[in-house]
This record gives sequence, C-alpha cells and structure tokens, in this order.
Amino acid sequence: ARSLQATRSTYSVDDKATPFEDVTTYNNFYEFGLGKDDPSEKSGAFKPLPWTIQVDGMVAKPGTFDIDQLIKSFPVEERIYRMRCVEAWSMVIPWDGFPLASLLDKVEPLGSAKYVAFETVVRPSEMPGQSGLFQSLPWPYVEGLRLDEARHPLTLLAVGLYGQTLPNQNGAPIRLVVPWKYGFKGIKSIVRITLTDKQPKNTWQVVNPTEYGFYANVNPAVDHPRWSQATERPIGEGGFFGASRRPTLPFNGYADEVASLYSGMDLGKYF
Amino acid sequence: MALLRSGIARRWRPASVWMLYVAGLLPAAWGFYLGATGNLGADPVKTFEHHLGLWALRFIVLTLAVSPLRDLGGPNLIRYRRALGLLSFYYVLMHFAVYLVLDQALVPSAVLADIVKRPFITLGMAALLLLVPLALTSNSFSIKRLGRNWSRLHRLVYVIAGLAGLHFALSTKVLAAEHYFYLGLLAVLIAYRIVRSLQPRRGRRRAMQPVATE
Repeated sequence: ARSLQATRSTYSVDDKATPFEDVTTYNNFYEFGLGKDDPSEKSGAFKPLPWTIQVDGMVAKPGTFDIDQLIKSFPVEERIYRMRCVEAWSMVIPWDGFPLASLLDKVEPLGSAKYVAFETVVRPSEMPGQSGLFQSLPWPYVEGLRLDEARHPLTLLAVGLYGQTLPNQNGAPIRLVVPWKYGFKGIKSIVRITLTDKQPKNTWQVVNPTEYGFYANVNPAVDHPRWSQATERPIGEGGFFGASRRPTLPFNGYADEVASLYSGMDLGKYF
Repeated sequence: MALLRSGIARRWRPASVWMLYVAGLLPAAWGFYLGATGNLGADPVKTFEHHLGLWALRFIVLTLAVSPLRDLGGPNLIRYRRALGLLSFYYVLMHFAVYLVLDQALVPSAVLADIVKRPFITLGMAALLLLVPLALTSNSFSIKRLGRNWSRLHRLVYVIAGLAGLHFALSTKVLAAEHYFYLGLLAVLIAYRIVRSLQPRRGRRRAMQPVATE
C-alpha cells in the first residue's frame, strides 16, 4: 500500500476508529471466500494496478478513467465514517476518497438519468471465490443507487483507508462507501459505473429478495427476517468482556443529513 | 498373555470414557481461554458462539455414527455413545449460554423476540429443549427403569439432528461447502436408519437394545 495525501473532512464522526488490524482482517468480500478472514488471506494474487473505471450510460461525456488520474484530479479527503453491516456488527473506519458526485459531474449525467449502477471486477484467476465448485453469488457483484443518493455529499468513492491506498481485501483500488446504508451497498473493486433510467439490480436483492432490498438503509425498526437490527456488536473492542451490544441508530446516525431523501416513503416496504 | 491384555483393556474402559469427556471439552476450554484473553479475532463473541455450535453438531454426528459403524463391520464404540451424546448436549448448552450472556447481554426481551420471531433460532431452541429429557435419562438407572420406552424416547435424537442441521443451514446468508458437508453427513446417518427400519427384523434386537455398559 502507498500512502495518500488526504485533507481531513468535516464529514467525520467523533467515534473511536476500529483498529487497522480489525478493519483489514474482518471482511465480507465473497469474491475471495465466505469466511471473514478469507479476503485478507486469499487476496494476495489480486492486482489492483493498473486499473480503469468505465463510466457510461445516460451521460453527455462517457469515459474511461485511470485510477491514478482520478486520485490526482480530485482532492482526496479523510472521512471517518460509521459502518454498519447487515449482519449486525459495526466498525468506525477512516476512509480516504472523494465524493462520487465529483466523478458524476465530470461525465455530465443527462436529465433522463435516474439511477447509478455499479459493477465489480470478475477475475476468477485472482479471486478464488469466483471459481470452484461452490460459487456463493452470481458474478459480477452489482449494486445501485438512486441518482440523488449517489450525488449526496456523504457518498464516497474510497481509494484508501488509514492514510494508505486500499488493501485488496477492502476493495482495492476503488470502492463505494454509503455510510447510512448497510455495508453490502459498498461495492468493491469497481470497474464500471452506468447511469440509467431503470432501478438497477443489486446482487443481494437478486439472491434473496425477501431479506435484502434495493435501499438497504440502516434501520433499527425494520428487522432482518432472521435477526434483529435494533442493536449491533462493535468490532475490535477486545475479548469477551470488551464493549457489548449498542443500539443501532436510524440511518446509522446520519438521519439529519439523509432522512429528507426518503420523506413520504414507507421504509418498511422499501427496506 | 491374552488374558492379561483383556484384563488391562477392561480396567481401562471406564478411564477411556472419562478421557473422552476431558478431550471432548478441550475445544470449549481452549476457545474460552482465547476469547477471554482477547485472542479470538475481531468478533470474539460471535466466533466463540459459532465454535461451540459447530462442535455440538460434530458430536451429534459422531453419536449417530456409532451404531452404523458397528453394523457395517467397523469398531464397536457403543460404550462411548452416551459420552458423545452428553457432549453434544453440553456444547448446545454452552452455545446457548454464550448467546444469552455474552451476545445478548441477558436482555430477556431481545432473546424472547429472537426465539419467537426468527425461525432458525426457534429451531435451535427446540433442539436444546428436546435434548434435555435425553440428557436427564442418560443414566443407567433410567435405562433400566424405562425399559422399551427408553429406546422410544431416545429416537428423538433423529428429530434433534434434523433441527440442528436446519438451524445451522438457516443461520447464514449463503450455504458454504461446510454446510453441505455436515448436512450431507446428517442426511446419510438418518437415511441409514430409515433403510434399516424397512429391512426384516432379523438381527436387529441387539441394535435396538439399550446399552448399559460400564
């Protein structure tokens, strides 16, 4: 990992950051395996450089962008965000990145564009979870946001964490971070971003539509069918007798910034 | 010489059962030590909870494997079956205790809501409750006292094994090779009983008889 020059952003929480060791060894990244330690242990062969992202669809200026060019052309900010996994655990992570809106501005979305679709790289030779007998998910992993969600200043394209470029297990070289949504919305190792007028599919909704929706906003009042979302287990707080469960906040604590995006919507129906 | 050897073997039998209990409880003790000293990774409570649940499942598989192994010409480990069954019960109990105390911090409303509303937790809880009468009647006194009813009661283990397998499979977001492995083992062990029950009763008396050795 190379070090990144980042300026501290005001979009940061005061919570104590989860240790680097835990942020980089406790991961869900099924392209490398189903275990939490698989991504850190089995991503050694993955080559995040060179890397380009294709941005296309309903835009005036589609293009293919080199990751190093992106890091140079946008000021990289450090943002300490809460992260809440749909599995009811949580972290606090100092990301380095730039707003997705900056990249969207560059390609000039057309008035007809309503949604943004994302796609992860497919490289079975470098990602052991994408080959073999038991394929956990259909590839590529896909995600989507409404255009106003994508343009929200909190929505980040992260290129690093803890002041260094992203480790492979955390979605190198570039990934999405949407702090008020469950972690699975934060698609990793992005190769393509497409502006569209139709609500894009997201992998977990395709695999299990009764348990995972398009919106996936963190919501303590709407339980996952198989577990409660009312509380969460903070990661990296020591052994058995470290911090215990704490209450989960609506929109993961970002309600003041984002609740207005969903005014009038039934969040139990659009989960 | 042969007499001497069998004498030693006989004297060692009760000790070997106790050694099985000690060895069987080692994974729990080791996991607890790692967790209590902060060496069980980023999510120690969940890791320990899963560790105990997985060992419970392993002991259920081993318990169910004893009689097919003997019937199919393998070693006769029937004297260890009670210990294997009780070890599964102890692991299920510890698995539940960790969920109750370390995971849910003894908040009764959260636990009750889970048991009532989450099918996979309901199934796991049912397996635990069904194990209680089996554990309570695992002593030689109950075996003699209950006679034929003891065998009938202890057939509940097949229901428990099925519930445990479902609980395991439904607890995750996607099924991994590990799930297919244990579900496959349970399916084979239960299917063996079904096939055996369809065959003529010749030679089955011995298999059905409760065993009160030691």
